[in-house]
Amino acid sequence: MNPRNRAIALALGLLLLAAVPPIASLFNQPFYLDLLRRIMIFAIAAASLNLILGYGGMISFGHAAYLGVGGYAVGVLAHYGVYDGFLQWSLAIGASALVALVIGAVSIRTSGVYFIMITLAFTQMLYYLGISIEEFGGDDGMRLAVRSRFPGLDLSDANAFYYLVLAVLVLVLFLGHRLVNSRFGLVIRAARSNEARTRAVGVSPYPYRLAAFVIAGAVCGLAGALLVNHTGYLTPEFMNWTRSGELMFMVILGGIGSLAGPVLGAFALLVLEDLLSGWTEHWQLILGPLLVLSVLFFRRGLAGLFFPKNE
Amino acid sequence: MNFFLVLEQTLNGLQLGVMLFLMAAGLTLVFGIMNLMNLAHGSFYMVGAYLATYFYQVTGSYLLGVLLGLAGTLAVGVAVELVALRTLYERDHLDQVLATFGLILFFNELAAMIWGRAALYTDIPDYLSGHVDLLPGLRYPLYRLVIIVVGLAVAALLWFVVARTRLGMLIRAGASNRAMVAALGVNIRLLYTLVFGFGAALAGLAGLMAGPIHVVQPGMGELILIEVFVVIVIGGIGSIRGALAGALIVGMVDTLGRAFLKPTLATVLSPTAADAAGPALASMLIYLLMAVVLALKPQGLFPARL
Repeated sequence: MNPRNRAIALALGLLLLAAVPPIASLFNQPFYLDLLRRIMIFAIAAASLNLILGYGGMISFGHAAYLGVGGYAVGVLAHYGVYDGFLQWSLAIGASALVALVIGAVSIRTSGVYFIMITLAFTQMLYYLGISIEEFGGDDGMRLAVRSRFPGLDLSDANAFYYLVLAVLVLVLFLGHRLVNSRFGLVIRAARSNEARTRAVGVSPYPYRLAAFVIAGAVCGLAGALLVNHTGYLTPEFMNWTRSGELMFMVILGGIGSLAGPVLGAFALLVLEDLLSGWTEHWQLILGPLLVLSVLFFRRGLAGLFFPKNE
Repeated sequence: MNFFLVLEQTLNGLQLGVMLFLMAAGLTLVFGIMNLMNLAHGSFYMVGAYLATYFYQVTGSYLLGVLLGLAGTLAVGVAVELVALRTLYERDHLDQVLATFGLILFFNELAAMIWGRAALYTDIPDYLSGHVDLLPGLRYPLYRLVIIVVGLAVAALLWFVVARTRLGMLIRAGASNRAMVAALGVNIRLLYTLVFGFGAALAGLAGLMAGPIHVVQPGMGELILIEVFVVIVIGGIGSIRGALAGALIVGMVDTLGRAFLKPTLATVLSPTAADAAGPALASMLIYLLMAVVLALKPQGLFPARL
């Protein structure tokens, strides 16, 4: 598929997403509005992970940490009576960026399996921290009684919230596209392909990787802020390690290192989970082997089907 | 602070340490030799615990339950290696992580399907329950003492096998150059399957010993697995010595931190602040330790290969 057709496909996909609310209300199926909003929020998180995992080759197994940090930023401010959306979401982005900076600074010094284990361990640490803080509900978490407030925008209106999430998704994909194709993105991709050569041409990958790690964390923090508004409650489960694994699978299922991949992957995984869980209580018994098979035999992901010969 | 209390908690830390070592040894061997990152190692821990509990209930004999549990975990490990993981050795770590993540979902759900989601409580036989007087005034549960002894014995046996036997020589040779070993006429595939199976059995041993202390439930393996990752990162991956050192350090720090951090903080902070900060800090302690070790020695404390 050439770039023009690819752009057309992307535009069509976005139009379809934009058409969901009127269609859902026409058929009186608010459930699908809810499902797609959830999918888009996870697509944002997966897109942020794709930046470091797909383009940067950094296998972070702890990306759910930033969903949690972003979620808790909103939840904690709301807990103390601060409902201003700009304030809440800025804190979500800022706090996630800061956490990503600390985790990244330590873990990017290592590589390979060390990196995988360390990112996983730090996320587990935050998970236990969430469990042990009684003030914010500990294990049970807390309810978000009031959604983030923005002037002129009511998030309790399902359609308005849906379009806001869609707008954020488009913005994230657009900025991600610009970032990956910038000089910065070139260094990130070069360091993944061949670190020694990147060094040899006089570029140290570390600061670039760290910057990408922080950007990915910040974007995922925003997804966390959206997610807590979507679910209306907040528990340490936001940061559960299985969440991190799911995010990785969204990136891989969709097709690693492609713009639309995470969106397709989030769609595929969450719809599959929804279908299987509607069918049997033990849906993970089927999902698990399916995932194993997809790793073994379906290596280029969904984007590989739509965009063969992708870079 | 009471001296006996400190001693008792130190023994608890040792007990957690040997448990972590049993897990870490299998994981680090498999990584060192097959270059395989196996997240599903925690599933073998769970499988061992469930099988031993099940066979104990069926046969009525604890020892038979343990033996059958070990054999069962070994068989499950070999089956998993043959069916799923064998094709993954040549893949990159990302594929290995994802595929074994899928296996975890499968095993956890399978356990939930067979034995239910509720936690299973198992009891220990009479001859292992009760306390022993280690010192006048220091009574310690016999069962935990047995765990420490078994763990240390297995560690010694493992060292002997790897360092002093022909099998161990092949294992070490396979780790440093697999193509060369295969060229010398060694069936390297069989060797891999064996190592993987025994690694799984070690995890199963840890799981079945942990069963009566903690609870047996789906997902129990992953909680300890992440601590085992901390152990391996601290000790240095691929190194049995590192796994032992890391396991003992993590076991001690975690246990002593949980026991004494809050009272220690209370002497500095106000009681309410210590109440809030103590448990939070104690649960984060081993991860902070890992960060410090990484900052000083990114390759771990004992980076040697095997």
